[in-house]
Amino acid sequence: MKKTKASHVNSVDGAAAVREAARLLAPGAGMSTRRAFLRRSLTLGGLALLGGCSITDDNGVEVALAKISRLNDRVQALLFDPTRLAPTYPDSMITRPFPFNAYYGESEIRQVDGGTWRLELSGRLADRRHWTLAQLRALPQIEQTTRHICVEGWSAIGRWGGVAFAHFLQRVGADLNARYVGFKCADDYYTSIDMATALHPQTILALTYDRHVLPPEYGYPLKLRMPTKLGYKNPKHIQAIFITNTYPGGYWEDQGYNWFGGS
Amino acid sequence: MPASTIAPTAPGTSVVQPGWLRATHWLNALSVVLMIASGWRIYDAAPLFGLHFPKALTLGGWLGGALQWHFAAMWLLVANGILYLTLNLATGRFARRFFPLRAAAIRHDLAAALRGRLSHADLSHYNALQRAAYLCAIADLGLLVVSGLVLWKSVQFPLLREAMGGYDGARLVHFFTMAVLVCFSAIHIVMVALVPQTLRTMISTRLGGRR
Repeated sequence: MKKTKASHVNSVDGAAAVREAARLLAPGAGMSTRRAFLRRSLTLGGLALLGGCSITDDNGVEVALAKISRLNDRVQALLFDPTRLAPTYPDSMITRPFPFNAYYGESEIRQVDGGTWRLELSGRLADRRHWTLAQLRALPQIEQTTRHICVEGWSAIGRWGGVAFAHFLQRVGADLNARYVGFKCADDYYTSIDMATALHPQTILALTYDRHVLPPEYGYPLKLRMPTKLGYKNPKHIQAIFITNTYPGGYWEDQGYNWFGGS
Repeated sequence: MPASTIAPTAPGTSVVQPGWLRATHWLNALSVVLMIASGWRIYDAAPLFGLHFPKALTLGGWLGGALQWHFAAMWLLVANGILYLTLNLATGRFARRFFPLRAAAIRHDLAAALRGRLSHADLSHYNALQRAAYLCAIADLGLLVVSGLVLWKSVQFPLLREAMGGYDGARLVHFFTMAVLVCFSAIHIVMVALVPQTLRTMISTRLGGRR
């Protein structure tokens, strides 16, 4: 999925169009009925075409939209119930094949060497030792079949297994009152989430997909899986996790996707 | 004297639509245009059916921009919709303008409209077809908003989600209520073009003399 921005130059504002309609519809002297009907139809058609123009290039509008998006982050944090569980499904409902999705094509899937891979930790936590894959696999494991909802609208059901993220964060002595948990990935992707979602019981550091070692296309060796957030909030090929109170943003979020991105 | 019997006899003196009604109507029109144009761009990112919407008719430039528009305009749509419904109910306009509504009257007015004989001489009350159409539009918008809420927050509103038939069901409801609203708007605009005095009642304070 590539970001493409249109650069329309025409901008029509609704109030002006309505004023224009009012002017045209003012009682005209001797205007024939047919001509009047045509003019009215054209004006109303013009109103209907308002949707065709992109006013997004106007910087003031972009700033306002970004501000509303941050307001929506706060609204979503309020709506988020830390104990409300996303629905789970029987394995028979798993989407096969589960769709691959990233900001690059399938030919560019990163191949990570699990033997030399280490999970790095930084920021507001007590134990910054690196983790090997074997150490993560030795932690208590949970598994769940949930719906992955993409920001594009499609959804797919899959089965992920791994370490409950809340358990992991407690284990490494993370500051659970910090605001953000950030992720840096081997495919140069990066994102961040709120602490409430990080501690949600269904948020897992996924090591497996459908009972098998996470394959490269789904984020080997480590992916964060959250059924309470949209797909782009679920990073793959995680290399580093950091706890911070400074807003870290994200790959898509910095381009305009909503940061909270919750379901 | 019931409002429905007031005829606009003296040109330039009778207020057909109160100011708050005209304001909420146009704010609703603006928010609906923004929601549909941005919604079409979002739909195009993962079309439900074979069809997609021409990019020239969409708003936002790309998926992220369209989402920003959609999730900004939703506040205008919902806040304005609540204001519209509250004032309608509080002033008694809702009961006065939309009721009584009988199936026989709708059939009668539909037949008259199809023969081109539906009178619009008295704009101070809605005929049965208008009543039915506007009530449908209001109900449709309500369903559109609720299905949108499920798509946005499917985990947080489990009862609404299940009422829509799950996340995928909500996508279908959201699409088809949009389609109904687009059809309503198209017919609405054609009717206004045919009876342009109605547009004047929605713009100016006074209903001017008709020729």
